[in-house]
Amino acid sequence: MFDTGRDTFLKDSPEIFNRYRKSAFDDFLRLGIPDRKNEAYKYTNLEKFLNHKYDDYFFPRPEDFREAERFHCEVEDLDVWNMVLLNGFFPNGDKGLVMLPGGIWVGSMRYAVKQFPALVEKHYNRYIEDGSDGLIPLNTALASDGLFIYAPKNTVYTKPIQIVNLLHSDKDIFVQDRNLVVVEEGAQLSLLSCDHAISPQRFLTNTITEVYVGRNARFEIIRVQNQHNNSGKITHTFIHQERDSYASSNNISLHGGLVRNATWHHLGGENSETHSYGLFLADKEQHIANFVKVDHTAPNCNSTQLFKGVLDDNSSGAFNGRIMVHKDAQKTNAYQSNNNIILSETARMDTKPQLEIYADDVKCSHGATVGQLDENALFYLRSRGIDAREARLMLMFGFAHEVIQNIPIEALRERIDDLVHKRLRGELSRCASCAVQCN
Amino acid sequence: MNTEFLLQINQLRAAIDDKEILKGLNLEVRPGEIHAIMGPNGSGKSTLANVLTGRDIATVTHGSISFEGRNLLDMSPEERAREGIFLSFQYPIEIPGVSMVNFMKTAINEQRKHRGLEPLSASEFLRQMREKKELVEIDSALTNRSVNEGFSGGEKKKNEIFQMAMLEPRLAVLDETDSGLDIDALRIVANGVNKIRRPDTSVIVITHYQRLLEYIIPDYVHVLYDGRIVRSAGPELALELEERGYDWIRKEADITAESWTTDRK
Repeated sequence: MFDTGRDTFLKDSPEIFNRYRKSAFDDFLRLGIPDRKNEAYKYTNLEKFLNHKYDDYFFPRPEDFREAERFHCEVEDLDVWNMVLLNGFFPNGDKGLVMLPGGIWVGSMRYAVKQFPALVEKHYNRYIEDGSDGLIPLNTALASDGLFIYAPKNTVYTKPIQIVNLLHSDKDIFVQDRNLVVVEEGAQLSLLSCDHAISPQRFLTNTITEVYVGRNARFEIIRVQNQHNNSGKITHTFIHQERDSYASSNNISLHGGLVRNATWHHLGGENSETHSYGLFLADKEQHIANFVKVDHTAPNCNSTQLFKGVLDDNSSGAFNGRIMVHKDAQKTNAYQSNNNIILSETARMDTKPQLEIYADDVKCSHGATVGQLDENALFYLRSRGIDAREARLMLMFGFAHEVIQNIPIEALRERIDDLVHKRLRGELSRCASCAVQCN
Repeated sequence: MNTEFLLQINQLRAAIDDKEILKGLNLEVRPGEIHAIMGPNGSGKSTLANVLTGRDIATVTHGSISFEGRNLLDMSPEERAREGIFLSFQYPIEIPGVSMVNFMKTAINEQRKHRGLEPLSASEFLRQMREKKELVEIDSALTNRSVNEGFSGGEKKKNEIFQMAMLEPRLAVLDETDSGLDIDALRIVANGVNKIRRPDTSVIVITHYQRLLEYIIPDYVHVLYDGRIVRSAGPELALELEERGYDWIRKEADITAESWTTDRK
């Protein structure tokens, strides 16, 4: 794959991407695809998606982009600035970046390197931490486009920026997109990233998003993942925070054959706050994994991790969450919780909370549960006249809502509430919005 | 079947994990009556509350319970609730993510559906919520939260009585509603019960202590000991128990049980 069509590929790619390719590819060859011997992938089997022969794919044709433009987000009253990426590429990516009211720049990485070369130079490939996951250098070796957002000092854009990552192709494709978000001192940015696969081909996406959150800056990312059972989505998100900053990440995984979200929160300056939330609903043969690492390197920071899963049929899930408190990170407040509900005999959930603390004046807590619905709560609802089926649904919905309530965009929060409600009630066919009509 | 009684418990035996807890309990409650059931720990008070409301922790092995002439033991917990049985839980459950408003709306409308009534309109529902909140002096903010989540012990008990006010049961079973309450909270909870009660509402007050019965004045006081009601009398029995403790009851009951066993031989 790296050799075929190499010339066009290199010519179309940003120069800085090409600069890191060679060493990244060597790293990938050394590390290989992570297997279950890698602690972080112990419960996640990538074989089904990685052993597939994907077709060569370099850049969408103009007619593909026209097709993509017909896609409409179904969330009503969602007041956002919106852009659609097709198979990891920007339409008109080389035509320039867009400046939003308030002075925030959005566009293709391909153009960002021309308009803001020093900025890209300063931040590209700087926040990556994991030295053992071969998929990360694989992205660095192969990516040729992605999203670039730049919020200069003290800029604020009041609406969320919505990026729709659309997969649509007549070939089976492996997408490697590479995104960079820079939120400078005092700036504020809210990013909504939605994943949809609208043709039934087999897809695998390996995404890296690097985020720099400057002093006293604020950044929110919400991912809504609604793909199909032939689609695999692997994300690596690195959020680097300076002092007095705030960041939150919310991964809502509604559908996908294989989903793995890895989120690193690096608290690099004191008095910062970071939150990592996740909710998934898995059924059939789906596998959904969340990997989180919160790195406290500075004092007086707060962090939370709240991840929940509902598993049905033969689905499986994994949670691997780490809190690392370094020696100087005194007065750290770190909280982690992972709760899962298993609805069938054959679903499986593996959860692995980890704490590593090298400071002595900290407050850390963690907990994980895997189980059925709480019988006491069920009886409590029934004792008020609510029938058993309805009571179960209320409990499951309440369980999910604890994560949903942290979504900072009201229209989206209501829509996700509604979607989850319908999914749990079986009113929405599990595959209603899915391109593969497999049953 | 005698329709004079709202509730008739006849020779009820129930076991938890093969251990018999209720050993032939009889109790009859007419509409509008207040019955207090007192007794030492482990005598079977909470098991009785569980059996009445359909919690499947205990298995009924013998006897019958009729409610308005119908066989209560055939009904699911939700059917019993819709028929008008309400349990104020000894330990109310916290349910994160389920709002009080949604919970009460669902409960009331399920009950109305059962009675062939239309669901309450949103404005009527909110009016009732407001009215009943005042009645039981519950902090207005609490009903905007998830069910019992983060409530103090006293708030949880008040919330039970608030739910009772909303659901207007025919028979309310108060399972140690007084335990852990300070005197002010106790007064509020007890007054709430008195304000909610219609003339034909029956109440079974399960308690350790006589304190609550100063506010909710029972027509009858029963002593439950070792799975049976061993003594029934008027409210004066509660005072006697408060003064003398349960030991004398124990002694008397054990003698009766012995002679009863001997007689049978």
